[in-house]
Amino acid sequence: MSHHLVIAQNLCYVYPDGTRALDGIHFRITHGESVAVIGGNGAGKSTLLMHLNGCLVSVSGSVRVGDFPITTKTLPHVRETVGMVFQDPDDQLFMPTVEDDVAFGPINLGLPPEEVSARVDEALRTVGALHLKRRPPYRLSGGEKRAIAIATVLAMSPSILVMDEPTSNLDPLARRQLIALLKRFDHTLIIATHDLDMALDVCKRTLILKNGKLVADGPTEELLRNRSLLEDCRLEMPLRLQGCPVCGSGKED
Amino acid sequence: MTMPNPHAALFDLNRIESFADRDSPIHRIDPRAKLIVTMLFIVSVVSYGKYEVSALLPFVLYPVVTTALSGVPAGPILTRLVWAAPFAFFMGIFNPVFDRTTVTHIGTLAISGGWVSFVSILIRFSLTVSAALLLIATTGFMTVCDALGRMGLPRAFVTQLMVLFRYLFVLAEEAGRMTRARNLRTFQKRGQGIRVFSFMIGHLLLRTIDRATRIHLAMCCRGFNGMFARVQDLRFRSVDAAFIAGWSALFLLFRSVDIPRWIGRFVETAGR
Amino acid sequence: MHMADALISPAVGAGMWAVTASIAAYSARNVTRHVEDSRVPLMGVLGAFVFAAQMINFSIPATGSSGHLGGGMLLAILLGPQAAFLVIASILVVQALFFADGGLLALGCNIFNMGFFPAFIGYPWIYKTMAGDGSNATKRFWAILVAAVVSLQLGAFAVVLETTASGISELPFGTFVLLMQPIHLAIGIVEGIATAAVVAIVWKARPEIVVGTSTADLRPTGNLKPVLVGLGVAAVLTAGVVSWFASSHPDGLEWSIAGVTGKEELEAPETGVHGVFSHIQRWTAFMPDYNFKPEAEAAPAANKEKAEEATWPAIEPGTSLAGIIGSIITLMVALGIGYVLRIWSRKTT
Repeated sequence: MSHHLVIAQNLCYVYPDGTRALDGIHFRITHGESVAVIGGNGAGKSTLLMHLNGCLVSVSGSVRVGDFPITTKTLPHVRETVGMVFQDPDDQLFMPTVEDDVAFGPINLGLPPEEVSARVDEALRTVGALHLKRRPPYRLSGGEKRAIAIATVLAMSPSILVMDEPTSNLDPLARRQLIALLKRFDHTLIIATHDLDMALDVCKRTLILKNGKLVADGPTEELLRNRSLLEDCRLEMPLRLQGCPVCGSGKED
Repeated sequence: MTMPNPHAALFDLNRIESFADRDSPIHRIDPRAKLIVTMLFIVSVVSYGKYEVSALLPFVLYPVVTTALSGVPAGPILTRLVWAAPFAFFMGIFNPVFDRTTVTHIGTLAISGGWVSFVSILIRFSLTVSAALLLIATTGFMTVCDALGRMGLPRAFVTQLMVLFRYLFVLAEEAGRMTRARNLRTFQKRGQGIRVFSFMIGHLLLRTIDRATRIHLAMCCRGFNGMFARVQDLRFRSVDAAFIAGWSALFLLFRSVDIPRWIGRFVETAGR
Repeated sequence: MHMADALISPAVGAGMWAVTASIAAYSARNVTRHVEDSRVPLMGVLGAFVFAAQMINFSIPATGSSGHLGGGMLLAILLGPQAAFLVIASILVVQALFFADGGLLALGCNIFNMGFFPAFIGYPWIYKTMAGDGSNATKRFWAILVAAVVSLQLGAFAVVLETTASGISELPFGTFVLLMQPIHLAIGIVEGIATAAVVAIVWKARPEIVVGTSTADLRPTGNLKPVLVGLGVAAVLTAGVVSWFASSHPDGLEWSIAGVTGKEELEAPETGVHGVFSHIQRWTAFMPDYNFKPEAEAAPAANKEKAEEATWPAIEPGTSLAGIIGSIITLMVALGIGYVLRIWSRKTT
């Protein structure tokens, strides 16, 4: 299914103030892959994600989603295919009630009312938030907001899900539930995160960014065991791979 | 455009608005009908002459009945009224100062026109404010906005009004955190001046504009075309028409017949 | 300087609603036609920002009091006149519905007083004229200061006119003017300085935010016609409504009677209010144009009061007792109905 491919070719982006945020990024993500994008603060993770559905347009190089390069003409199609979950759910939930918010995308897609309400229910059921349907988003907890933000995107039935820091600001239980949810998805997943344990749980493949450059691209477990590479990129080994700090067992080196 | 006590006011606002999530016969009335009745109520109340006191009292029936049927607790509404009362008190207190002509006697106590109109202002104030608060408590702000839009207000206006309300609490919390952070590191008046203030506001403003950009992006990602379409369509039923007709008839009756005076005269003649 | 429902007459309220609605309709059309969609979310979020910004205070040197941003002028500089007017209107809608600041009927007055002057007078005609593209910091500072002061002075004067026309409050016109204008001079200066300081910071950090609106000529020159036509229609409508009411309520138009709008951003010291007033009273007594009633010359005033009494036959000594008894019974009946309904609705649900 070629329309689920995400391909970046020599992607470069320079912010108006001259900061070089992305510098010649190359990758190819195929259907059903789950990919973590990791790197220190300011490495370019969010900027990269913003390119994947045309929120930002590259200075040079290109992003292709499926058979199309992202241009103003293909933008509506791309945004239907690529669902984007923002870092702060408050930015994403702007409608009066949860139901309205989840329905926002489907309504704008021009779907008939029955289809809209079916999709709203299905998306909410998937994230386990059907009971919140009539609530206003500003009276939800952080975990609930995150779940709804994901539902708003799922309701558009994208084939590719792009998420920016999905586990930030969640309590351990909500984080665990989210990880379980993400593992169930058969979408192509692209997740930017600092939560390396989550990356290990959810993503088979990892891209490491440093100063706007792609410095590593490979299997998550392999990369996350490479201590020197990680430390060079302002990262560290996931706690799970570090061994027990009390008894010292399980240490790798 | 300033609020007397923003923190307390925002807290009350959130509390009163949360009653709109409940369900009751009043909650189920079409928001447009409630909006129209509220407007009619306020216009009726303020249409009296400034010395009117007793004729205003039957209007208490509207907030009382609405509170009773909607199940909205009277406490928070009354609290909000008391919070705002100093404001009305301050506005009205000039009347007894300037208008000292005796207009009536209660027993041997001479009552000046100023005191009569002062009491009248307080009653008007309580009635109009409680009607507006009850509209929100039984309907919810967003639904009132939606109703306004359906009644012909420009969509751009309604949309940004909804966005305003949505981010009110988010930004107020940010401002609260900033103030707390400043207060923890300032002593007496040092650091509370305009220099630090302007940095705080400037910073908050820049962050707010960034947030607005992100919100707009989030909207565009889901096909925003300048309009907020809501799922639930409003249907104006015959109950809603009856709601408007019933209250209008009552307001008209209250406005044309001074019921308390009529009752009073009746009691007096019966007493004799 | 919010006007409240309790202090205005329906004629003034309706008339100002008409004026405000026509300006808002014009602005909304303009915003949706000329500005890209991104402005609508930005407008909403900036409205919320103004609320948040009002929660942050700064201390004013040598006064012991504190001030904060009003926001009208800042919104005009960031968004241009039409969008700023709509945002100010939204802020006032929220305040009217929740904070008992103003009220639904007084909303038209409040939006006009606090929205029209900064957005359509202060910003385009004073700020833009004085500051040009705004790149000169000194010029910009004075432009903002003058624009804020003038807008607030005009707004405060509109408050006086509207309350006077409503005739619910007793504060004499002259006294009211002398109370409102100086207070709002002080508020205007605070507002101007605070706005200028914030604009300076934004200008330094992210010039593109302010420059966008500064370089475009948003002065509503070509588009002024619909505004004027709208205002004209609204004014005629107001006049019609007012005169209709005047015929049914002769003293609704007592221009000699004025009201005060209430607690201000800068609070006058509570103590000594009466001293200030008697001073102002003495001063205004020399202004014959204002129908002022000095307490020393009670005789003519008393005559006038008699005339008023005649129009209000309700207030006669003999009937007041009946009124009080009736009022108590009415209240008890109303509360009784409420009690029964509540019990009944609890049983049914």
